[in-house]
Amino acid sequence: MSAEAATGMIELVDVSRRFSKPLDVAGKIARALGSKITEETVHAVDGVNLSIRQGEVVGLVGESGCGKSTLGRIVAGILPASGGSVRWRGQDRGALSGKAARDAALAVQMIFQDPFASLNPRMKVRDIVGEAPMVHGLVDRAQVDDYVSDVMRRVGLDPSYRARYPHQFSGGQRQRIGIARALAVKPEFIVCDEAVAALDVSIQAQVLNLFMDLRRDLNLTYLFISHDLGVVEHISDRVVIMYLGRVVEAAPTEALFGAPNHPYTRALLSAVPRLDQRKASFKPVEGEIPSPLNPPSGCHFHPRCAFATDRCRSERPALREIAPGRLSACHLNDM
Amino acid sequence: MTETLVVENLATHFFTKAGVVKAVDGVSFRVGRGKVLGLVGESGSGKSVTGFSVMGLVDPPGRIVSGAIRFKGENLVGKSEEAWRSLRGARIAMIFQDPMMTLNPVLRIDTQMIEAVQAHERVSAEEARKRARDALGQVGIPSPEERLKAYPHQFSGGMRQRVAIAIALLHKPDLIVADEPTTALDVTIQGQILAEVQSLARDTGTSLIWITHDLSVVAGLADDICVMYAGKVVEQGSVDDVLDHPLHPYTNGLLGSVPSRNRRGEPLRQIPGMTPSLLSLPQGCAFQTRCPRADAACRHNIGMTELREGQFVRCVHPHQEALA
Amino acid sequence: MSGPAAKSAGTTEPKAAAASASPWRLAIEEFFASPVAVVGLVLLLGVVIIAVFAPWISPQNPYDLAQIDIMDGRQPPGTQSMEGLTFWLGSDDQGRDMLSAIFYGLRISLAVGVVSALVALALGTVMGMVAAFFGGWVDSLIMRIVDIQLSFPAILIALILIAVLGQGVDKVVIALITVQWAYYARTVRGTALVERRREYIEAATCLALSRPRILFRHLLPNCLPPLIVVATVQVAGAIALEATLSFLGLGLPITEPSLGLLIANGFEYLLSGKYWISFFPGIALLVTIVAINLVGDQLRDILNPRLKK
Repeated sequence: MSAEAATGMIELVDVSRRFSKPLDVAGKIARALGSKITEETVHAVDGVNLSIRQGEVVGLVGESGCGKSTLGRIVAGILPASGGSVRWRGQDRGALSGKAARDAALAVQMIFQDPFASLNPRMKVRDIVGEAPMVHGLVDRAQVDDYVSDVMRRVGLDPSYRARYPHQFSGGQRQRIGIARALAVKPEFIVCDEAVAALDVSIQAQVLNLFMDLRRDLNLTYLFISHDLGVVEHISDRVVIMYLGRVVEAAPTEALFGAPNHPYTRALLSAVPRLDQRKASFKPVEGEIPSPLNPPSGCHFHPRCAFATDRCRSERPALREIAPGRLSACHLNDM
Repeated sequence: MTETLVVENLATHFFTKAGVVKAVDGVSFRVGRGKVLGLVGESGSGKSVTGFSVMGLVDPPGRIVSGAIRFKGENLVGKSEEAWRSLRGARIAMIFQDPMMTLNPVLRIDTQMIEAVQAHERVSAEEARKRARDALGQVGIPSPEERLKAYPHQFSGGMRQRVAIAIALLHKPDLIVADEPTTALDVTIQGQILAEVQSLARDTGTSLIWITHDLSVVAGLADDICVMYAGKVVEQGSVDDVLDHPLHPYTNGLLGSVPSRNRRGEPLRQIPGMTPSLLSLPQGCAFQTRCPRADAACRHNIGMTELREGQFVRCVHPHQEALA
Repeated sequence: MSGPAAKSAGTTEPKAAAASASPWRLAIEEFFASPVAVVGLVLLLGVVIIAVFAPWISPQNPYDLAQIDIMDGRQPPGTQSMEGLTFWLGSDDQGRDMLSAIFYGLRISLAVGVVSALVALALGTVMGMVAAFFGGWVDSLIMRIVDIQLSFPAILIALILIAVLGQGVDKVVIALITVQWAYYARTVRGTALVERRREYIEAATCLALSRPRILFRHLLPNCLPPLIVVATVQVAGAIALEATLSFLGLGLPITEPSLGLLIANGFEYLLSGKYWISFFPGIALLVTIVAINLVGDQLRDILNPRLKK
């Protein structure tokens, strides 16, 4: 980990994010009168360390409530972390100001899940794509149209549709507009948050191929967030698995899919339906995903884990290196 | 023995201001007792409208314009709303992608389930409640007696979908139409529900139509598969035949674009272009604009041909080499 | 099979659609689909044209004392004046032609209603956006003022303000603005709270755009549709409220008589059979408000996403 950190493009150091719902007036009165009402706090992201090297594609996998989208937004600079720090090329991003802060912000862009909600419905494609580069002086006002056309061509959109509105495009095309918007500010790092989840299978392949082409042509680095293990396996060099706000396992893709270490990873992999599995007897992992409002003690996964011991119930397992480049947070590795 | 459901040449069209949308255009399939049929397609393929047609739930401006839906030998097309209602929920049940389509957010689960039982059978509230409790247990909801007293919002998404399935099971229907019921769920929860549904179909003899865009789900669940494109079935047959030897270029392309069928890191095989608008379909095969095999012959309409025993395809240039 | 390495670019087809159908233009097209709304719009346009061109199309200038004669007072509709002018809608107790008085009255009523609604719209929008965007105590403060304000009947607040400020067009406009801004603030805040959680706002944040830019170029245009609906209803409300104040003698001064004042003028003659002095201004007020509401109803239907499929 430490050797990696030295060369990391972006590094998350003990990053946490809490969301708390402040009490309303009625709640405050109730508390003043002696009720045991407290603010509800969710640890969406709980002490995550992650380092991503230049040129790497890191897949971030987890189920709902695991905090992967929140983590993605922290990396993209949309949400501030409530604890820990995000380092961009060795510098604490929170300490940057002025042009340095702006450059660091533009260097990391995000592609969103919903191709409908992620584009401003009242702006033309030209403005959606061209606004930020113009505002930030990356391109002259007179050359915006040409610039937008170039970016649109790069993502496989016909530049003659510059003057159209988002609702005039199909889902796949809208996703390309979102990609063009991100590329227009010349980013080095892109966070893809479930970027192909809302697309039809045949369109999904087109967009995934586009991501891979762009990576090669523009030397991009990706944090690829997805619940779809098939997609993540295909596109990533390294995979990080999260469960209820914590990283439980991180490993090179082949190692992780070949020999998952953490019991949760194993459960997840076995639950994925596969094309070559016919009339399979699904043998699913037991139990529900606990509420992040009130996560289990110790290892968050212990209530659903077949191998849980007393130690798992009381002590949080640390994310440790179990083999070169492989990290796992499970007490079983100590035995 | 007769099949649970036989759909013949079903056509459901929507008469919109912009023109006639042939959402379902000549679809035929059959589902045997205790069998699972996977109805696969992308958005706009007509798979959901087919499901709604079988349920008699097509709303204006849509309507079934021709064809037959034979449920245990009896044609349902043209039946009165009354007749549909007595079947729906009792003999044929539906599960939606969003369980809140079935559940009323302001009523307790027991109220809703007792009501659902008594809608079709004259039984005491006590008896109905017992049935409800058993159904919840059947779909793997722990401590069903207590959960009966809960409201829908007190359940997680996966649990809600189980409750919706339990409601569908109350009358031991002969057929369940499931429209993308696990799409919104997490992988491990999807796995649990697929396991429950699978054992239900096996144990109770209920037939199932599973509508989905996810080929991997039907691979493990279904006996037979129907692939739809732009309102028509383009290929159908047993799961093994269709998934192992796809004959239609669309099925082939769809399977080819699944990441696990590709080498890691290599570009995925992709189907070019996008799903055509149902308002402006080309003459003949709707897939011709995206098909690598298309030529002038594709501009004629053709029917389904049985190229392998039990495997039908609607294509002038099928992947014959897969037959070898 | 298609080339396995087929490039992902250049594979999309254009969607069959009009060249540049902006969301606004689509809304306008939808508006004209309802005959009732078109009737409302035609009526409203008629009212507006009359109000704007009143000085040129009125048979007489009702406030030019040289043109009116007290001897022509209270003539029923259709009679001729001493100078040969026909009083199509009768004359009032001062001998003014009612038709002309109504035209001029509409002008004042509409002007007061529209100006107060626009100023209230601007004020309420800014307050609502600020509350939604900054949240915390700013939000609490603004919204509690709104709550308190909305808990009193509008007419009561207006009456108190007029009593404090005194009479005059400007005072009435101020009173109307004070009464109305809270509705806009509440509407904008509600919409903005929903819209600002959308991914396109997150994307704008990610692109390091400035706060004012995100607020006014991205957030505001998407909050406008419900505002337009509220605005139409509020213009009608403002006109009616102004008429009420004038009717009570607390609104506009006698030198600038609005429809409300005209109705009040004829009130004492109503029971003596001289109905026209109150009746026709009342009809004009009714038509104006109904026309605005018909347009507003249709706007609500097409601009409210919840009523859409």
